[in-house]
Amino acid sequence: MSEDLVNIEVDGRPLKARKGQMLIQATDAAGIYVPRFCYHEKLSVAANCRMCLVEVEKAPKPLPACATPVAEGMKAFTRSPRAIAAQKATMEFLLINHPLDCPICDQGGECELQDLAQGFGSSVSRFTERKRVVKDKNLGPLISTDMTRCIHCTRCVRFTAEIAGKQELGTTGRGEDMEIGTWIERSVDHELSGNVIDLCPVGALNSKPFRHRGRSWEMTQHELVSPHDGIGSNLYGHVLRGQLMRVVPRPNEEINETWISDRDRFSYEGVYSADRLRAPMLRRGGQWQEVSWEDALTAAAQGLKDAVARDGASSLGVIGTPGATLEELYLLARLARGLGCANVDTRLRQLDFRGQDADPAVPGLGMALGDVDGLDALLVVGSHLRHEAPILAHRVRKAATRNRARVSFVNPARYEWLFPVANEIGCGAEGMLGELAGLLKAAAEAKGVPLPANVAALASGATTSAAHRDVVASLAGEGRRAVLLGALAMRHPAWADLRDAAAALAELTGATLSLLPEGANAAGAALAGALPHRGPAGEAVAAGLHTVAMLSKALPAYLLFGGVEPEADTLVPESLAALRGARFVVAATPYATETLKSYAHVLLPIGTFAETSGTYVNVEGRWQSFAGCVRPVGEARPGWKVLRVLGNLLDVDGFDYDSSEQVREELRARPPVAPAPAGVREAGGGAGGAVADMALYEGDAIVRRALSLQQTRDAGRAAAQG
Amino acid sequence: MSNVRSLFKTFFLTELLVGMSVTLRQMFARKITIRYPEEKAPQSPRFRGLHALRRYPNGQERCIACKLCEAVCPALAITIDSDVSEDGTRRTTRYDIDLFKCIYCGFCEEACPVDAIVETRIHEYHMENRGENIMTKDKLLAIGERYEAMIAADKAADARYR
Repeated sequence: MSEDLVNIEVDGRPLKARKGQMLIQATDAAGIYVPRFCYHEKLSVAANCRMCLVEVEKAPKPLPACATPVAEGMKAFTRSPRAIAAQKATMEFLLINHPLDCPICDQGGECELQDLAQGFGSSVSRFTERKRVVKDKNLGPLISTDMTRCIHCTRCVRFTAEIAGKQELGTTGRGEDMEIGTWIERSVDHELSGNVIDLCPVGALNSKPFRHRGRSWEMTQHELVSPHDGIGSNLYGHVLRGQLMRVVPRPNEEINETWISDRDRFSYEGVYSADRLRAPMLRRGGQWQEVSWEDALTAAAQGLKDAVARDGASSLGVIGTPGATLEELYLLARLARGLGCANVDTRLRQLDFRGQDADPAVPGLGMALGDVDGLDALLVVGSHLRHEAPILAHRVRKAATRNRARVSFVNPARYEWLFPVANEIGCGAEGMLGELAGLLKAAAEAKGVPLPANVAALASGATTSAAHRDVVASLAGEGRRAVLLGALAMRHPAWADLRDAAAALAELTGATLSLLPEGANAAGAALAGALPHRGPAGEAVAAGLHTVAMLSKALPAYLLFGGVEPEADTLVPESLAALRGARFVVAATPYATETLKSYAHVLLPIGTFAETSGTYVNVEGRWQSFAGCVRPVGEARPGWKVLRVLGNLLDVDGFDYDSSEQVREELRARPPVAPAPAGVREAGGGAGGAVADMALYEGDAIVRRALSLQQTRDAGRAAAQG
Repeated sequence: MSNVRSLFKTFFLTELLVGMSVTLRQMFARKITIRYPEEKAPQSPRFRGLHALRRYPNGQERCIACKLCEAVCPALAITIDSDVSEDGTRRTTRYDIDLFKCIYCGFCEEACPVDAIVETRIHEYHMENRGENIMTKDKLLAIGERYEAMIAADKAADARYR
């Protein structure tokens, strides 16, 4: 320990610092402020802004604190006259070419240059020559540019190279002629690209959708959690006069560090989409009418009651979205079961339910997100990680680049990965099972054990290749290893077989089996019991109908919750015909499309993720509660309140909650039950067919309505693969 | 001693005589009362009356929606919404001043980096209907156009003291 630490002195304060640390890291840890622009703790050191110059004893010139390693006995002065003079001189040079357009700059009020100019700038300029003007670049629909304001800190360049892994921004020219740009005219398309907006210390890179819409000082900040993927990225919503104006990251080292995906950052536009349902609506004689909440709820309750009385409780199909909160899904499942109906599901895009009894009580990674960085080997089966969970893809990239993890893929198609890939097996949807069988056989051969009984038939006839043996060798090696099953696998027509094979492979090699289900709250949905075969906390119950069974032929009545749009959210082609054939459909939804109006009978407006209090459970099993940041638009109400009233109107017991916290605590009091070991299921016999590949921005109803995201190059690239 | 002096004042009505002498003097002094509204008191160019939004001589709005006036307003009388205008510049889509809230402190004028919002010398105005106290952007711009000559002259007169 002692040889790792060196003693230094900063401003007369004795400090201990780790060997190899930069001076600025030691001062930051000690709370001694050193001004900086180009230094960022998550990025490499560039030392090109020179703002952090400090005086170091025995050094002939002031040294940049961000690029000066600590040394035993070093004495640094951050506020000495020489240091201050150097910092002020740097500031004067930085301001030479910076325009004085703070009043029209969106960064005004949250600008690092503005802040430091207060402390280190001069009140008069000595510069009388012409200022530099730089042409703005078009970086796509998400990032606005005012390149004249750029101070060449190169944080954005280093971000695209080091964090995103795809150098989409770079510099051209030298000195005063230096420009940040894309070299050739093109947009910045990486799924984390929006983070350069936060990184830019000045107003050169800003949010295009938010451009000129508000000021940092007039908005209030509220905590949110991402509603688009199972990572549960922490967000801040910025609210101006009751309207969500923008979303920025809330740093959480354990989940999203300081980054968020563009999907999380810009999806707020969908909250105020033109087709938001603003009042409860009722279809009377073929005409849609806006009605009071009382009338709508009474009609909904009466319709559900009638359906149950007429055709029995199993005539009702309850479908919720995995993007709804834990509380909403818990109440939805209890409401359905209170009516005696077991047909409740949230697995919208799953096609194969044969192995559902072996599902874990809480589907997830089986490890903390932070542990992904430290993986030594990873096999990804059926996942376009960069689309499904951009933050997880970033963490896998960290493992592959910094930890030299051997990452392999078995996917229906080959995708662009921005890190070294050990083996990529792009085999089409039909080939996935065969490749897994090959891996299994290679694993059994390597270990010298027979194949497990349930996959023996599947794998015995398989052929192994060098790639298989290499993947197995990495998975059976030292350190932390995992087999991750993503959404492409879960949408596979033979998902149960894929899961069994992957589980057997993980078992044989000693790797962790990780699941990455779709939706922000798939783990919460399982905990809440919003599944046909599981009650709250994973309790096994008599199984009802799953999504595909509910939607492939018409049931007499449906209850759709949370903005489920079957034509886009499910993979059942007959879903619309089934819904149109139903006698009664209630939809509790934030959005009312013409398609929805063509089959629904009662529309109940509910709030989106920003407008309700609730909890999301992420793929680590972490419960993250949030309070909502704005009132729902129009007459809409938080979903859990709507379900509470509906529960009471339907005379289901125990729906007298005062707050969403009460609902959450009731569920939290029940420890998850481990599923009973399912009987050995003979693998094989799954249906063939393609796997639906979703584009980056079509996963849920909110994202589909985020106009700026829909203008990106990644918006509409959906095609069946395989 | 003070008691004696007070007794003396009481009996010889000295304070009354002092007061009467003031009255007598004022009877012959120059009158300062003016016959408002026929006559009007002189105003300083810095007079802070009704607000106006100005335009540049080429007709372009001065206001750039920086929202500094909204931020500085101690009475929270100003409400601004901004967006990107058709020509790509930053402009207000709404600029409301609630005259019932406004305390005519002139901070908005001081804060404005482009001399867009000004307080004119107009102080004679009234409202007859509910809601007329809200000065919208159109109303403010109309005032600015109508009194531009006066506003420009006042600004010029005050410029040397700034």
